[in-house]
Amino acid sequence: MSSNFDHPMAPDRSAAGGNKVLAQPKPAQPKPPRITDSSLRDGSHPMRHQFTVEQVRTVARALDEAGVPVIEVSHGDGLGGSSLQYGFSLVDEMELIAAAREACTRAKIAVLLLPGVGTKKELHEAVRRGATVVRIATQCTEADVSEQHFGLAKELGLEAVGFLMMAHMRPPAVLAEQARLMESYGADCVYVVDSAGAMLPRDAAARVAALKQALRCQVGFHAHNNLGVAIGNSLAALEAGAEQIDGCLRGLGAGSGNAPTELLAAVLDKLGLNPGLDVFKLCDAAEYVLAPMMPFQPFPNRDAITIGYAGVYSTFLLHARRAGEKYGLDPREILVELGRRKAMAGQEDWILDVAQDLVLRRLAPERKT
Amino acid sequence: MPSSPVKVAILGTGNIGTDLMFKLLRQPGALQLALFAGVDPKSDGLARARNAGVATTDRGIDAILEATDIKLVFDATSARAHLRHAPALAAAGRVAVDLTPAACGPCVVPPVNLRAHLDSANVNLITCGGQATIPLVHAVSRVTPVSYAEIVSTVASASAGPGTRQNIDEFTFTTARGLEALGGATAGKAIIILNPADPPILMRNTVYLIPEGDFDDAAVTRSIEQMVSSVAEYVPGYRLKSAPVFDTVKYGGAVQRSITLLLEVEGAGDYLPKYAGNLDIMTAAAWRVGQVFAAQKPKIKAMA
Repeated sequence: MSSNFDHPMAPDRSAAGGNKVLAQPKPAQPKPPRITDSSLRDGSHPMRHQFTVEQVRTVARALDEAGVPVIEVSHGDGLGGSSLQYGFSLVDEMELIAAAREACTRAKIAVLLLPGVGTKKELHEAVRRGATVVRIATQCTEADVSEQHFGLAKELGLEAVGFLMMAHMRPPAVLAEQARLMESYGADCVYVVDSAGAMLPRDAAARVAALKQALRCQVGFHAHNNLGVAIGNSLAALEAGAEQIDGCLRGLGAGSGNAPTELLAAVLDKLGLNPGLDVFKLCDAAEYVLAPMMPFQPFPNRDAITIGYAGVYSTFLLHARRAGEKYGLDPREILVELGRRKAMAGQEDWILDVAQDLVLRRLAPERKT
Repeated sequence: MPSSPVKVAILGTGNIGTDLMFKLLRQPGALQLALFAGVDPKSDGLARARNAGVATTDRGIDAILEATDIKLVFDATSARAHLRHAPALAAAGRVAVDLTPAACGPCVVPPVNLRAHLDSANVNLITCGGQATIPLVHAVSRVTPVSYAEIVSTVASASAGPGTRQNIDEFTFTTARGLEALGGATAGKAIIILNPADPPILMRNTVYLIPEGDFDDAAVTRSIEQMVSSVAEYVPGYRLKSAPVFDTVKYGGAVQRSITLLLEVEGAGDYLPKYAGNLDIMTAAAWRVGQVFAAQKPKIKAMA
């Protein structure tokens, strides 16, 4: 079988006198990555931000017992995300952070912070409740809004991770520049975040490789499964040198979800790169602890595939469906138009705007004379 | 009968100061731009002012303090600089219109509360998001009590300068406080998003409101429409993208009615590009405050 697909996992043809002019530096042998589980943060989206204290406690305990070293807990849109724009939380996220902290014996608790949504005030409070890792997320072109937040994180002695969202929208070199800014503010790791689940393995590998080359700090990868390649992309990132990878039990996350943590653990184990996760315990946690709480199983269905294909924020899924119902539109029309307008992370309010414009367009179609 | 114009100065020769200069040249009204003051003799803004025939200085506030005929000063420098400028201007009996986040004086939004502060010696213009959205919150709260107001401001990356970027937390705090104190909401929340699309997008704001109870849709809509025309008097590109959207939402354990407003702000393009409605609404508000002060402020009249 032959393929034109330049798969990063394929044997390096350049070494065998292939037609590439310059041999790429061969990445070092992958090491077992550090896994951060985001079921209690990214999973907040499909849960419509309705996690209870008891649910968070049980999930955190199960993850901790299975050896997951970092557990992220926050509103889906990060600290302070409880809003009309993104959905109100049922329980104050600070209580959820405290509950997760109390349930864990080994795992660190991480929180997500999007400058412009959350502020240093919420970060202070989250740290008081037990968070020791903060992941600071910006649009992949706007890293310079995060300087004050990295500054506070380092002042508070936190581990600070940069999150470059919607990373498919810019080429590797641009991402590397933005990542360098975060590193200069004090980031201990910078993630390539495929918020739209729009990347293919070669895209993930190229971006991670560019960051690896530009940075001295660690590099991470956060996948979404809209095109069905969350695990494949995570492996490609690993091959390209990523040291940190995200997962969610049962893939519970925005859009069609993330790389399932239990599946990631099994695959890493098979590769000989298991960082100390108990595969069976994670599978049990996914099956018996998380699955019964889930309102639905995220899956690359027609709307989610459209998100990956159009390259829009995975979180738009449920909002676009709601707007589609209200205005009698196919959610896919809304999603494709949002992609055309280059909507970025967190722009849920554009969905209403686009839906109204599509209705108007339908009522008064352009007539050519 | 028009009296002689009030002499004003602009302090700060960056984008905001330069845009305000062109606004004052195009539409002086009751003001006369007597001095454009910066500190960098090679700045682009000073060169543009000289080309436009405006008196300039690179000695900053000192030159303004020496020119005793200047009664009102627009400060478009930085919060840190304004903290120094404010006491000096006050001691010299000059009125300060502060376009920085320093907020030494009361915060004003022209159609909302300017009249209440006509005898203040220093007024602050909050944030671009505040200038855009507080009028709409006020328009609703003057008709029916508002429990919660939330705004999302989306601006083009190209229009967000280093000041905004390094102080994004202050934007959200200050704007949220303004939604409460000036807008009249019991609780306020502000979100800002930078969008890097090219060509750049116009400034967009979404205003979500949850009134305390039921309300008269027609009265709310009328009040909003009136407010939009009041702001559009000094920001011509200020417009709602559609009629108010009425919906229901679960808030505080109960199902409540909600109002969503989609607002677009296109700049006048005096100096800054039209997409930078977020910057235009600041300089337009400053222009408006200057005009109203010159026409009505007892102190300036006494000094004139």
